[in-house]
Amino acid sequence: MPAVTETRETVEKLAKSSYEWGFETDIEMDIAPKGLNEETVRLISARKEEPEWMLEWRLKAFRMWLEMKEPEWAKVSHPPIDYQDAHYFAQPKKKPGPKSLDEVDPELLKTYAKLGIPLHEQALLAGVEGADEQKRMPVAVDAVFDSVSVATTFRKTLEEAGVIFCPISEAIREHSDLVKQYLGSVVPAGDNFFAALNSAVFTDGSFVYVPKGVRCPMELSTYFRINARNTGQFERTLIIVEERASVSYLEGCTAPQRDENQLHAAVVELIAMDDASIKYSTVQNWYPGDDEGRGGIYNFVTKRGACRGARSKISWTQVETGSSITWKYPSCVLAGEGSVGEFYSVAVTNNHQQADTGTKMIHLAPNTRSTIIAKTISAGKSDSTYRGLVRMQPKARNARNFTQCDSLLIGDQCGAHTVPYIESRNMTARIEHEATTSKISEDQLFYCRSRGLSEEDAVGLIVNGFCREVLKELPMEFAVEAQKLLQISLEGSVG
Amino acid sequence: MSIATTVQASLGLEAFVARSAGHGTALSAMGIPTRRVEEWRYTPLRAFADTVWAESPALSDAHAQTLLAGLPLPEAGSHVVFANGRKVEALSSLSDSISQSAVETAEPFEDRFSAVLNAALMQDGLSVRVPAGTDAGLLTLVSLTAGENISTHLRHQIVLEEGASLTLFDVNAGEGRYVTNPRFDIVVGKSARLTHVKLQQESLTAGHLAIVAASVDANGNYDSFTLNNGSELARHEVVATLTAAHAQVHVNGIQIVDGSRLNDLTSMIHHAAPDCGSRQTVKTVLSENGQGVFQGKILVDRIAQKTDGYQMNQALLLSEKAQINSKPELEIYADDVKCSHGATVGALDDEQLFYLRSRGIPEAEARDILVRAFLLDALDLVTDETLRALLQGSIRA
Repeated sequence: MPAVTETRETVEKLAKSSYEWGFETDIEMDIAPKGLNEETVRLISARKEEPEWMLEWRLKAFRMWLEMKEPEWAKVSHPPIDYQDAHYFAQPKKKPGPKSLDEVDPELLKTYAKLGIPLHEQALLAGVEGADEQKRMPVAVDAVFDSVSVATTFRKTLEEAGVIFCPISEAIREHSDLVKQYLGSVVPAGDNFFAALNSAVFTDGSFVYVPKGVRCPMELSTYFRINARNTGQFERTLIIVEERASVSYLEGCTAPQRDENQLHAAVVELIAMDDASIKYSTVQNWYPGDDEGRGGIYNFVTKRGACRGARSKISWTQVETGSSITWKYPSCVLAGEGSVGEFYSVAVTNNHQQADTGTKMIHLAPNTRSTIIAKTISAGKSDSTYRGLVRMQPKARNARNFTQCDSLLIGDQCGAHTVPYIESRNMTARIEHEATTSKISEDQLFYCRSRGLSEEDAVGLIVNGFCREVLKELPMEFAVEAQKLLQISLEGSVG
Repeated sequence: MSIATTVQASLGLEAFVARSAGHGTALSAMGIPTRRVEEWRYTPLRAFADTVWAESPALSDAHAQTLLAGLPLPEAGSHVVFANGRKVEALSSLSDSISQSAVETAEPFEDRFSAVLNAALMQDGLSVRVPAGTDAGLLTLVSLTAGENISTHLRHQIVLEEGASLTLFDVNAGEGRYVTNPRFDIVVGKSARLTHVKLQQESLTAGHLAIVAASVDANGNYDSFTLNNGSELARHEVVATLTAAHAQVHVNGIQIVDGSRLNDLTSMIHHAAPDCGSRQTVKTVLSENGQGVFQGKILVDRIAQKTDGYQMNQALLLSEKAQINSKPELEIYADDVKCSHGATVGALDDEQLFYLRSRGIPEAEARDILVRAFLLDALDLVTDETLRALLQGSIRA
């Protein structure tokens, strides 16, 4: 089994360095002073050369945020966050207007190399073999290096198809009407504490627009990376897919090792029109903190998709292995008749990690369908919670939901929790929910061990099997990466 | 557990605190929960908070007799009757195998509103002890309430010593608009068995906030079944703690909700020792504008290895306006456990209906058969034939 061998090698490598992907790139940064006030918001907006309406929108969000309280309902605990003790803007210093990719800072390219991004992309970014773009794997990368998208590849191919894929700051300037129409239409600025914060100070993120009838010719991919010390990362992603169009979007991330907790509060909005389909896949591997849970990333994310059109479909797939605290509920609002929402999730916690994650499926229209498959794995001293809502509104005739939540506990110091909310206001709607919690069965372990697998490999194999239903939803190269991540995350949790 | 951070003033709260004669500190600190309090998000107490609930006046024995006559009661065994919060000696007789003592005032526990309210206003109750190794048979406990804008707060203490057994038939009924707030503190000793069968058949304009705290020792069994059949707004809340190895708990329930009523079954099964088991089957049938609530939590402590916990809750919606809110919850800190829950929500199966109709069964009857079949396995727990028949006869399906 090649995947297993590969995983073993990765684990061995990891045994030597505590966090392989924990490094810090030394690039000159342009950093805003610490603190958050209207001036910070104005500064960000000015640096981004945004139109006046955008500044107003940000300020409105900021004023709402001031009135709001940090939510306390999630099953996570952390010292209070000092929102004034962080930089809200950091931008790598660029040579003025790099026209071609080979002007990109070599340090930055080294960072990509270390990230182990599927970097045939890397060569492209370096501009070495840029000529034969078409022969490569069709993946477009919008690399977010700290808060600014440095380079976007495959732009030409996408442009020919009519797809817009660019940093959101650019979209605000160049596709102002689209952004103005859709930004905040799925996650309003005042939706929750972290969404309001994001709306006020978001620095970058991706914008995708797929026009009518276009099937996006390649997977779109953004690699997030938190680099500068003490900069909050506030990404904003907006994906609009018009009638009969489709797109598959990949988001993956790693972060350097550091001592201070870092706040990450992203907002992702998806909009699908009639017969459109959006597949959004995430592999999240931010620094989880050390064995004692110090220094990891706080990940407070609001992700929501609106199935506005009939027969539209939004599918969330996530593999969450990183961050010291995860607070994340990718949701679907099923407003179009016959629309479909899907949520496939694997959340792994180890050491002192805490994850409170799940989904919301809001069925507004008849014949809507949703599927939730959530796999939770807790090890070490971690706590992991599935929190989900399925709501059938009065008009959701013949709507269907199926939910399955399985938790796996490894070791006797961890916790796994399931908190589903099931609300039905339509008699013809059908909801099925099941949840289980168990440990790895001795039989399975014995079977693997008797065939010569080490305990750790056996656990890895069983865990990968446990997560199969979710992993198979991931695009190919992500699936491989995800399998590795699972094994790495559970390292040291057995024996 | 979250408590409302700011207590909302209300007529109901003021009146309760005034009546509590110094026992209302916890109550006034907590206030009457609003929907912002997680435990009450689906069960609004607004109407409850807006009323001044007066101390219940005594009910004449004759009036109590009339109310009793309309109830499905078994003839055998011991009988204890409470009317408007007071024991009716003339209608009560206890078997010699049960020893009785005065009921004690209680401390509120875990900030649960029904318990806090009861602790502030407790009037009377039954305190019984079944001695070691004794089978005390059947005890029928009837709580009657009649009046307008009154409330009763009974507290019952039931202790089963090692190897003892008892079947408790807990009947709640009345007429008028009132609130009953009974609290049970149950201790099931080693290898003892308590079967607690409850019939909640309060007036359809009444409020019913019941709370049961049960602790079960090694090899002990607490089997409970509740038929939530009446009240405008009713919550039956169970907090069961399994304190030593091989203790077993069953919390089953049937809720029949029609009109504009709301019935709620909230449970917390706390596995605090290894090798214990818990089973739960809750069925809710909703028609007209009925609202059903099920909140069931299984908490497994780190020490409680080899726990076997299972929970099933199913709702059948028979009308366009009915709604169900369900929150099955698992909180697990031990790794070698087997815990699962399942939930389903839906309407009657058209194919099943068609099958019966094609065999010449009229639609109304076919529906009735299917509803009763749906409810059946929750009732399996009640093995006493007499009680089972009485309950089946009471179901307003």
